[in-house]
Order: sequence, then C-alpha cells, then structure tokens
Amino acid sequence: MATDDQPANLKFAPTHEWVRLDGDIATIGISHFAQEELGDVVFLDLPWDDAGERAVQAGSHFGDVESVKATSELFAPVGGALVSVNEALRDQPELVNRSPYGDGWMLTLRVSDPSELDKLMDADAYAAFTNESH
Amino acid sequence: MSADSAAGASSASLLRTPLFERHRALTARLVEFSGWEMPVQYSGILDEHRAVRERAGLFDVCHMGEFRVEGDGALDFLQRLVPNNVARLADNQALYSQILRPDGGTLDDLIIYRLGDGRYMIVVNAGTMQKDWAWFSEHAASADQLTLTNISAETGLIALQGPRALAIIQPLTETPLADIAYYHCQPGAVAGIPCIISRTGYTGEDGFELYCAAEQAGGLWDALLGAGKAEGLLPAGLGARDTLRLEAGYCLYGHELTEEITPLEAGLGWTVKLDKGVDFIGRDALVAEKAQGLRRKLVGVELTERGVPRAEYQITQQGETVGALTSGGMAPTLGKPIGMGYITSGETTPGATVAIEIRGKSIPAVIAPLPFYKRPRS
Repeated sequence: MATDDQPANLKFAPTHEWVRLDGDIATIGISHFAQEELGDVVFLDLPWDDAGERAVQAGSHFGDVESVKATSELFAPVGGALVSVNEALRDQPELVNRSPYGDGWMLTLRVSDPSELDKLMDADAYAAFTNESH
Repeated sequence: MSADSAAGASSASLLRTPLFERHRALTARLVEFSGWEMPVQYSGILDEHRAVRERAGLFDVCHMGEFRVEGDGALDFLQRLVPNNVARLADNQALYSQILRPDGGTLDDLIIYRLGDGRYMIVVNAGTMQKDWAWFSEHAASADQLTLTNISAETGLIALQGPRALAIIQPLTETPLADIAYYHCQPGAVAGIPCIISRTGYTGEDGFELYCAAEQAGGLWDALLGAGKAEGLLPAGLGARDTLRLEAGYCLYGHELTEEITPLEAGLGWTVKLDKGVDFIGRDALVAEKAQGLRRKLVGVELTERGVPRAEYQITQQGETVGALTSGGMAPTLGKPIGMGYITSGETTPGATVAIEIRGKSIPAVIAPLPFYKRPRS
C-alpha cells in the first residue's frame, strides 16, 4: 500500500475522512486532525468480512473507531464497491494515530462516480476548515 | 467521523488548580472535570499509563477536597458519619471509607487521616466537595468540642505513582520513605516544601501523595518533575488515572459508587464495620441489606471477543439483561477489554459467561475477579 504521508493530493470530508484516488480505486482513512482529536485509538470496527462483496454508499456509516475516551462513527466520503479493508488495523489500531495517511488507511473502494470527489475539500480548504472549528 | 469526540474545555467559568499554567505549557489537552479545567492527557493516555506501570507518573490532584476535623469530639463525630472504624487509627495512619445516606446509599468515598490525637484530615472527591462539606457541617452543628475547617482551597495535592516513585522522591526529602507503610503518612518536607507525605494512591502501583500549601504546589511539581526526569517520570492526566484505577479494580464515585449504591453492593464490605460499637448513619440499612441479600453486586467483566466495553452498556445472560457496566475500556497493561458493573439478577461467579451489548451486538464476555491487575511484589 502507498505510504504517502503528504496530504497535498488528498480530498477531505467535513467528517474528517480523506480520500486518495488512483485510477478508479479510492483509498479512505481519517485525517491527522481526527486522530489527534480522538487520542490513542484502541479499537476499530470495520467491514473486514465484506471485502469484495458490498456496495458502500457515499455518506454511509461504514464502521466505528474507538479511542480510550471516545467512540466515533466513520462515514464514506465517496461511494463504490468495497475492494479491501486494512487487516493490520485489527491488531494494531495505533497505526491510525501513527500513520493516518499511510499505514493507517482503512478501506479501498472501486468508485462508481469519480465526480463525487469534487464535492470534497482539498488540503488547503480542509486546513482552513479545521482551523475554524478550533 | 462524528463530531462529538474528545471535546476541549472552553468555558471560562471552570476552576483551575495552581498547576494550570504548567499543564498549558506542557501542551496538555484540557477538559472539563467536575467543574475544573483539568489535563486529560499530555503525551497520550497509553504512554502515561505505561509510564506509571513501568517507571512513574506525576498527577495534579489539587482539585480534590480536604477538611480538617479537630477537637476532643472529633473521633466520636467521625465514627457516627462513616462505616469504617476510625478508632483503630494510630497517629499518621489513614483509612478508606464513605459517607452514607440513612438508606445506605453512598454520598462519597473518602480517606480519613489521623494526624494526631483529636486531629483528622478528610480527603474527598472534587465533584462532591460542596455536597460533602454541607453534610459534615450539618452534622457538626449538633456535635460537641469540634472544629470543622474546609481547607480545600489552601491545600495542594500531587500524586507521584509507580515503581520508581520512592527512588525519585527520596533525594528530595530527609524523611525515610521506606519507613512509611501503605496507608500511613509522615509530616515532612519535599524539596524544602512542608507537606504530608502519604503512602497512598489510586493506580495500583506503589507511590506517594503529597499534601502541601496550595501556593507551594507549583514549586513542588517542578522539583518532582526535575528529580524524576532521569527515571523517565511523565506528567499523567485524568485519562491515564482512569485506565490505571480500572485495571486495579478501584471504584470511581459517580460510576461504581452513587447515592443509589451501598458500599456492600460495591464490594467494599471490608471497609464496613457494623460491629464497631457506634451507630453510624446508614448502619440500619446495611444491616437490613446484609440480612435480606444484596440488591446488586459489583463484578469485573472481561470480553472474550474484540470490542470496547463502556459505562452503561447492558450485561446480558442467555439473552436477558442482568445488569449494566459502570466503567470499561481497553486495559493497556493487560491488553484486553475490561469493565466493572452491577449484576442485579444473575450469575456473579467468576468464570460465568455473559455478554455485553455493544451497538446492537452481543459480545461474549466472562465475569472476572477484581482486581484485574495486581502489581508485582518484590
């Protein structure tokens, strides 16, 4: 998997998920800002058993991330067919904190409608967005 | 991700301890706790938790409340207010107890120090200090030869907890710390600052709690942090404080203890001396509950499949709800998901299978004995 830690080429949802598009495959995770807000991630509930079998709607709730102090829902920033789920996160939830844009990736989807990414924020807009709310 | 994760404190009306600016300088994440703006973490909850278990951690607990109870009538007064036997305390010895409603429900849990003949210090939780002070004052009104003083605002409290705690503090004090037994204290000085050095704590590790003048708490904090640097001492916040006490199986007021729960139900019968020869508030209710059987029982729970148990999640057996959790989380040292809670109508024997309802799924678990964690003894 790509270990690109630079968010410059990513798009962001207001719910703090990011997307990277390579061809028609979208990789999805949560932002550095999100993992910092959460604190130490101790558990993830992801659709591991559904890889290759499921359609994921844009905006749908695809899983949960739990930190010591909080539980948070995860929402798909774009829609598509679920291709893979990061198995490493079963036993190493801390990858989300350590490498939110790299090894902490959560899902890959084959996107049905790439124009859905146009609705998302680019890195600068997301940086401004997170500055505004804090 | 939903927006309601770890929210920061933003109200200007929250109380701050004398150490607040130090937490800010350390870039601690600050949150509201019982009306105070407190550090929930500095470097990270797991990092701080591990530091306490392996080396040492430093906690600001200045927000807790302290009362002085003095006079020839002090012992009698305290004996009527708490279920434990205050008369057995020697000078510089402490005990853990509670104050109860007449129906046996717990108003707060607390520590009582006997500092000398007719001189006691009571240490109470931050969130219940006002309530407790009103209770003590109300009952002192009809008591003789008694002086009650609320010294919370002028008292600082710093806890240094972990296997290296003694080694870190000893060079700063002439008091031989190894001579202070668990649940005992000594008046002394640390880094030249007069304090009561207490061998107590809330983490399940060895450690000390230092009571000093509030205006000297900053200097004491700085000295301890400096002295502990070479040993890997870390400042630790309320997040780690909670994961540590949960592993140690300690009750947290507002969770395992509330006004609806008796100390017998909370497994604290060892602190309740029904036969101490003094009628204390709540005694009749506890005697009756003992005779009729407990309405609920505190248990430990360990998930046997992945998940994070948390307060208020239902406990089920054979699909029926038998109770609810009052605390829970992933135990950092044990590496497994644990919780504490009450079973009102079911099997409470360690090893019995239960399930915890997490977001509509029944996650298998077992009843586990408390404590989950016991520190290794040398």
